[in-house]
Parts: sequence; C-alpha cells; structure tokens
Amino acid sequence: MHNKNDLDKVIVCRCEDITLGEIRELINKGYTTIDEIKRVSRCGFGPCQGKTCMQLLLTELTQQKGKDIKEIKMPTHRPPTRNIELGVLARGEEDEK
Amino acid sequence: MKNSAEIVIIGGGISGCATAYYLAKMGCTGVVVLEKEYIASGATGRCGAGVRSQWGLELNCKLTKMSIDMFEELDEETDYDGDTEFKQSGYLMLASTEKEVEQFKKNVELQNRLGIKSELLTPAEALKIVPFLNTDFVMAASFHQKDGHLNPFYVTDAYMKAARRLGVEFYTYTTVKDIKVEKGKVVGVVTDKGEIATNKVLNAAGGWAKEIGAMAGVELPLTPERREILVTEPLEALLDPMVISTSLNFYCQQVPHGSFIMGRGNPHEKEGLNQASSWDFLVNMSQTITKVLPILSQVRVVKQFAGLYMMSPDAAPIYGSVPAVDGLYLAVGFSGHGFMVGPMTGLLMAQHILGKDNEMVFSLDKLDLGRFERGELICEPSVV
Ligand SMILES: Cc1cc2nc3c(=O)[nH]c(=O)nc-3n(C[C@H](O)[C@H](O)[C@H](O)COP(=O)(O)OP(=O)(O)OC[C@H]3O[C@@H](n4cnc5c(N)ncnc54)[C@H](O)[C@@H]3O)c2cc1C
Repeated sequence: MHNKNDLDKVIVCRCEDITLGEIRELINKGYTTIDEIKRVSRCGFGPCQGKTCMQLLLTELTQQKGKDIKEIKMPTHRPPTRNIELGVLARGEEDEK
Repeated sequence: MKNSAEIVIIGGGISGCATAYYLAKMGCTGVVVLEKEYIASGATGRCGAGVRSQWGLELNCKLTKMSIDMFEELDEETDYDGDTEFKQSGYLMLASTEKEVEQFKKNVELQNRLGIKSELLTPAEALKIVPFLNTDFVMAASFHQKDGHLNPFYVTDAYMKAARRLGVEFYTYTTVKDIKVEKGKVVGVVTDKGEIATNKVLNAAGGWAKEIGAMAGVELPLTPERREILVTEPLEALLDPMVISTSLNFYCQQVPHGSFIMGRGNPHEKEGLNQASSWDFLVNMSQTITKVLPILSQVRVVKQFAGLYMMSPDAAPIYGSVPAVDGLYLAVGFSGHGFMVGPMTGLLMAQHILGKDNEMVFSLDKLDLGRFERGELICEPSVV
C-alpha cells in the first residue's frame, strides 16, 4: 500500500511533468476548479491535451473538496485533436505524408 | 456574499484586478470584484500578452512605456510568490510596404523623443536578431529591446493575490445580471448569487462591456470581435523577440516554456461573442507563418483557441466616468491591446474613482467616452 507521501510523487501530467503533490498544494492554496489549476500549473497544456491528467485531476478535486463529479466543469477541448505540422496545414492537407 | 460595497468591479481580467489592487493600495476599503467564471477567463487569459511601446501616437507611447516600467517591478510591487515571466527580448516590427516604411520612420522619431530607445533596421540588421527570417517580405523593421511578453495568468494572479491581502473580496462564478440606477445614480448590482448595494461600479467586463453598459441604460460604442491564436509544441529557445507585422497580418512569439504562440486578424470576422476555433484560421495562419518564418514548417500545432477583442470606434480604450450615470466608471474598448496597458489602467482608474485626478501622471481627458460625441477621435496608425 502506498502512503500519502509516495502518492505525492506520482506524475499526474506526463507532458508537463506535474506531480500529484503539486496539484494537492494548489488545491490547498485555494484553486478549486479544473480551469484554474490547468492555468496555474500547465497541467493538461501539453500535446496530449490532458487525455490522462484531466481525469486524475477531476478525481483528486472530488476527493479533496468532497464535490460530486457532476458539479465540476470540464475544460473545453481545444482543436486540433491530433498535432499537425504548420507546413502541412499551410499546404491545406489534412493528412501527413 | 457581502450585501454592500464601496466599489464593485465587474470583471476579473487584468483591468479589474489591477484596479482592485491599486484601489486597496490607496487605502480604499470595501472593494468587491465579480467574475462570471474564473480569474483571467476572459481575453486576458487568452491573449498573446505582448507588451510594446512602439506606437505611432504620443499618448499610446506614453501609456505603454509607463506600463512596461510597472511590469518590470510587478513581482516586487505585488510581493508575488511566483514569477510573472517578463521576457524583455523586444518586438521586431516588420514593414513590408513603402507606406509602412514611412510610418516606421515617423514612429521611431517620436518614440526616441519620448525616451523609448527603438531603432529603425534594414532587413540585414533584422536578420541579426532573427537569423531565420525570410526577408523577401521585409523592406525595413523597427526594434525595441524593452518590449516583450509576460504570462497573463500569473500577472492577473499577482494583482489578485495582492489585492486580496489588502482586503479586496473576489467572487468568482458570480454573474452580474443587472445594475440598479435611481435618479441617474448607481445604487446597486444584481448578481445570480444576490444583490450588492453600492454607489460605485467599474465596468471592466472586456468583450461583455457593452452588455454591462446596457444594464445601466448606457449605450457604449463597442463591438466584440473574435480573435484566434494557436500554440505549437515546445521547442528549444529559437526566437527571442515578438515578431509582428500589420500588412502581413500576424504576430508570433516563443514563450519561456518553449511553445510558439501566434495569431492574426480575420478581415471578414463578424461582430459577436463567438469564441469558437476555426479551421480557416489554422490554414491562413500556417500559410502566413511558414512564409515569413519557414523554419517553423515542421513544428506541430498542439492547440488553438480564441478570445474577444473589444473594439472602440478609434481602436483606443475608453476610460473614466459616464456623464449620464453618476457612479458608473469605464475601463473598456481596449481594441486588442488592453493587456499591455493593464498596470496603468489599474493605477489611473483607481485614482479617478477616488477623485485623485490631480495626482495623475497621465490625464484621461482625451480617452473619455465623450470624445466620440465631440468628434475627437484618436487615430493610431500602428494597430495590429
Ligand atoms: C487572441 C488575442 C490576443 C491578444 N493579444 C494581446 C497582446 O499581445 N497584447 C495586449 O496588450 N493585448 C492583447 N489582447 C487584448 C487583451 O487580451 C485585452 O485587451 C485585455 O486582456 C482586456 O482585459 P480586461 O480585463 O479589460 O478584459 P477581460 O480579460 O476580457 O476581462 C473581463 C472579464 O469580465 C467578465 N465578465 C463579463 N461579463 C460579466 C458579468 N456579467 N458578470 C461578471 N463578470 C463578467 C469576463 O468573464 C472576463 O473575465 C489580445 C486579445 C486576444 C483575444
């Protein structure tokens, strides 16, 4: 079984290298929505656009704040879904060679 | 929520938060900020956060120069527990038409006279600053080292935290629904969470400022317009300055984190509160940027988003009081450059609201709402 300190070292967001401990600290500082935490920590800002970390963040917020999952607003997904090269976009192609 | 306040500020962007901070710093108690979402959820958190004092009008040069001086001191001023990431690696402004070259000459002359150390560059000199710039499209350039960019979330966070320590109350996820006016005087603000009695309201609602004005029965000459932006994957440090051009219609910067951030205007954009992203922008932006900075061709876009420009008839902000409604104040219509004047907006609006106009280092007289009726428009030649 993990103790609390071990869990603090768990990486929540792999793109931006953010640990659960850092997220917990932000929640303690008074940031209580996903949008706020994303913006101060960059959690979910990376190339994967938060595919894994947003779910973990949501779970942590519900546990720490005793909120129901449905009460928490999920952030807007920003296109593009796949990362495309500027040069490819400039040529107006949707698929990369 | 409190049921009365000395001053209610509508909008938790840079304008509202900086004003709240300066009001509290000047000793004003009972300041409340209302924000319908989270702090910096409006244009502030969606913007390029570029700051430059290379302008074509004395008024804009001064306002931005003083703000840049304040940004330099911001971390200490607000005793911020982080870093607002002021990267002062300059703005490289490109001229690609004869007309622009002439304008740049005049601008640099004016700027130098005002103590802004900008310089006019040849394409070859511009290449020394950005070695991978495609100068086929560049006839001349101007550069000012002290220009740059910051992290807009941290800047707003810094003002918000400092204001809070001084007693300002922030209510997020609280939407203003109405402003109560009796006999030409503000008496209160109605929100979705209750009412606050007050005699002073600052409209700092960015792209929504026209709606807020209407709540008090004031028609403001403002039009909201979507502006899009895109962000690439992070790369090692390649680009120092913000590169910008009016005629080529783009700006591009590399933030400390490594991502490139770029945007352009759409001449066919319709007025409105739409903040959705478009495919057209992605394609047009990519075409422009790969032409001017070809090195970016193989860089991947990780996301795009949009925010609102709040345009005034002369693309300059509207500051001050509203003659028809006593107690209603405005800090609106920033027309795409409200971030870079944020510190001065805060300082000047706080002084104005507290009746300290005689202490101001910069007069708001020419930037009032009345200028449109008087026909005294401000015509800045260097808006992007
Ligand atoms: C894509 C883009 C790029 C930009 N780049 C730059 C740049 O490089 N440099 C620069 O100087 N400027 C730039 N700007 C402009 C700059 O972002 C704005 O001028 C500036 O952020 C305005 O700040 P503000 O505080 O006045 O408004 P906002 O940040 O929009 O804040 C207004 C707030 O009011 C809130 N609000 C609205 N209605 C209500 C209501 N009824 N009740 C409660 N709250 C309400 C909103 O939620 C919002 O948070 C850019 C803008 C965009 C869109």
